[in-house]
Amino acid sequence: MLGKLDWSVIPFGQPIPLIAGAVVLVGILAVLIWVIVKGHLPYLWHEWITSVDHKRIGVMYILLASVMLLRGGSDAIMMRIQQAIAYQSQGYLPPEHYNQIFSAHGTIMIFFVAMPFVIGLMNLVVPLQLGVRDVAFPTLNSVGFWLTATGALLVNLSLVIGEFARTGWLAFPPLSELSYSPGVGVDYYAWSLQISGVGTLVAGINLVTTVLKLRTKGMNYLRMPMFCWTTLASNLLIVAAFPILTATLAMLLLDRYLGFHFFTNEAGGNVMMFMNLIWAWGHPEVYILVLPAFGIFSEVVSTFSGKALFGYRSMVLATMAICIISFMVWLHHFFTMGAGPDVNAIFGIASMIIAVPTGVKIYNWLFTMYGGRIRFATPMLWAVGFMVTFIIGGLTGVLVAVPPADFMLHNSMFLVAHFHNVIIGGVLFGAFAGFEYWFPKAFGFRLDERWGKLAFWFTFSGFYVTFLPLYVAGMLGMTRRMQHYDVAEWRPWMIVAAIGMAVLSIGVICQIMQLVVSIRNREALRDRTGDPWDGRSLEWATSSPPPVFNFAFHPDVRGEDAYWDIKIHAQQQSLEHTAPEYHDIEMPRNSPTGFVCAFFATIMGFALIWHIWWMVILGGIGAFATFVVFAWRDHDEYVIPADEVARIDRINLEERRSLVSMAGAI
Amino acid sequence: MSMTATVGRAHADPHHIGLVVEHPGPASKRIVTAYGFWVFLLSDIVMFSCFFAAYAVLVSQTADGPKGSEIFEQRNVAIETVCLLLSSFTCGMASIAADVRNRFWFYLGMAVTCVLGLIFLLIEFREFADLVSRGYGPSRSAFLTAFFSLVGCHGLHVSAGVLWLLTMMAQVFAKGFRADVLRRMMCFALFWHALDIIWVGVFSVVYLLGSGV
Repeated sequence: MLGKLDWSVIPFGQPIPLIAGAVVLVGILAVLIWVIVKGHLPYLWHEWITSVDHKRIGVMYILLASVMLLRGGSDAIMMRIQQAIAYQSQGYLPPEHYNQIFSAHGTIMIFFVAMPFVIGLMNLVVPLQLGVRDVAFPTLNSVGFWLTATGALLVNLSLVIGEFARTGWLAFPPLSELSYSPGVGVDYYAWSLQISGVGTLVAGINLVTTVLKLRTKGMNYLRMPMFCWTTLASNLLIVAAFPILTATLAMLLLDRYLGFHFFTNEAGGNVMMFMNLIWAWGHPEVYILVLPAFGIFSEVVSTFSGKALFGYRSMVLATMAICIISFMVWLHHFFTMGAGPDVNAIFGIASMIIAVPTGVKIYNWLFTMYGGRIRFATPMLWAVGFMVTFIIGGLTGVLVAVPPADFMLHNSMFLVAHFHNVIIGGVLFGAFAGFEYWFPKAFGFRLDERWGKLAFWFTFSGFYVTFLPLYVAGMLGMTRRMQHYDVAEWRPWMIVAAIGMAVLSIGVICQIMQLVVSIRNREALRDRTGDPWDGRSLEWATSSPPPVFNFAFHPDVRGEDAYWDIKIHAQQQSLEHTAPEYHDIEMPRNSPTGFVCAFFATIMGFALIWHIWWMVILGGIGAFATFVVFAWRDHDEYVIPADEVARIDRINLEERRSLVSMAGAI
Repeated sequence: MSMTATVGRAHADPHHIGLVVEHPGPASKRIVTAYGFWVFLLSDIVMFSCFFAAYAVLVSQTADGPKGSEIFEQRNVAIETVCLLLSSFTCGMASIAADVRNRFWFYLGMAVTCVLGLIFLLIEFREFADLVSRGYGPSRSAFLTAFFSLVGCHGLHVSAGVLWLLTMMAQVFAKGFRADVLRRMMCFALFWHALDIIWVGVFSVVYLLGSGV
């Protein structure tokens, strides 16, 4: 009746997951009770859970990413402590638990922190930058978000019901095959990624279509803000790469569930095929993450230098070059596995070539800053911190792209240091920069600068104290994922790294403090004009937060830096008070489809993990029925009357006029 | 939405390259929907390409089990191919009928498409059942694993297509040829045709090339 499920799957004997699970459960219950008692439930349901507004969905993506960042960060703290004390001893984490933690850490940080964070920012910003009212497929957007949340939920469920994978974040066979991982850990891993992968694919299709087909009048390709270009490149990669992940995990699952022989050691299965397939997805994946971050830095650097982006066209070219070359380097993840010198040389060279367009970008950012009037607001700090950090990470990357060097460094702590160097220094710093930069747009008030700067400096310095020692440990021969070790030379570096982790944690606390302080002082930090940073692209042309329809009129774009042009134009024209004629606006109606669909996906995923077949069928029927009900509805849009549009738009126009006239007076 | 492009100068062309065609603004819903669905189909084809690649890698790994030439029956495959290609034609007829809002020909075209799809699935199912009963199931060898997965994946797509087809007919019956229903019909037709294209690949790579191994 309940498949493999019984009371023995709850880890009563292990205090750490049990306590962590209990704390999370109590937290969730407390929030739920608070929401219900305060009567916020209808508001949440109507305004957020069922919302198909790209801005709301973007915010929910970022919220999910932030919560999961805390979870993945806790895993990281536990690992650093373990390696600091597990010298000639077992430390405090038993091996099977330690292995789950590093697997969960990687899986969570990539799939449920980095991905939702960048997808959230793209969702929030891209339609605004393109000057349109929504993404191409609003309801599908909501489905995509909720499926991602389902994946995150399943991963967290594994904490208390059963176990997570002990195979590392990519579950290499034959270790991940049923014969070596008979538990449900790999199934949790695979099914949560399958479900959230569908969500990611949906988001990718949606954003590609949005950028290519929904741009306001005059928004030619070469007038799009850089963030739109990197969004396009990143989502093209999602569309091309995520199906590979889906297929690969499907093969692994077929091996595990139905005794197939894709990657087994027996009957002709081929383990190397898994390596090729998973990295044919995995390498583009890192560019899926970092390209949007490049876009964020382009926006931030240009805005806070008060200049147009230097070398816009070369930036576009570099972005698209990275988009293509990223598909031609996957083999550098397994140089040591005997593909032969010719193949290794080709992929080594391709990997080094990809540093060229990246270098172009770095120089473009530097030249944008050169001669600019730079304001070191928090987003700009993250951007400058990124440039320094990412260059170091890029250089060590070029180093491991040399096959002979890679033979020495493969699977060592050096590699761990390298990819944290680029992912934290690139993606996470980018996400934080974007968070600080667009927060006023999303919520209508700025974030506290003092706490923001503290957060930056603690995170920045904490990062170096944590990860530079790992380079050294790698050079000293320490391999990754060690539960304990006996080499005395490694110990001091592990202790330094643990101290660095403490500094990093202070950075996280500062970030939380920043949020708390800013929400308290929100009236003082209020952004009335919608343009708090003196921005250059169209998201700043509407109020903060924008009305549900974003723009009363589709803006007419005449060049690069669309909003900058509008502002210059407005000042020169000394703002004659034209009375525009407003029209009714049709917007898509909210829909619970995404939430209900994810509800059934959760049931189905859970049932698949635990082999509860009747529940699988039930979940499948439920999901199909949800779509039929959605397809059957008669009214999918509602009308915002012209008067209402006019009322909302005039408030913002007044605020903006007063700002521009003040600027004119100066 | 008018798709005429206006031509601008000066502001539009900061680098003085020449005339710049102004982007006319957001595309219509019909175009956006079809475009998005095309992008989805491309991603689906990428997924199939992984199974094709797996088949190519594993085709000779028979683990002393049967080879492709020993288990493939070209006659059945020929009938399957005819069914699918014909169904694409009838699906096209149904699309045209939907465009001119002719219910009779729409239902007829869809019904014939459905029957042809079901015949295809039945033949495939019998092929699979026969192999399994002879002990040549997907667990027998890596070759059979790849074969069952690739062909089965296509079969699952056809099954999903039949389910979609029936839903589509029900929706036309209940809602008529509404704009959103017509957009969905367009997507369904794209999906059905794409399955044909995949089948041409399956036919060539699995049954023709696979017989030679």
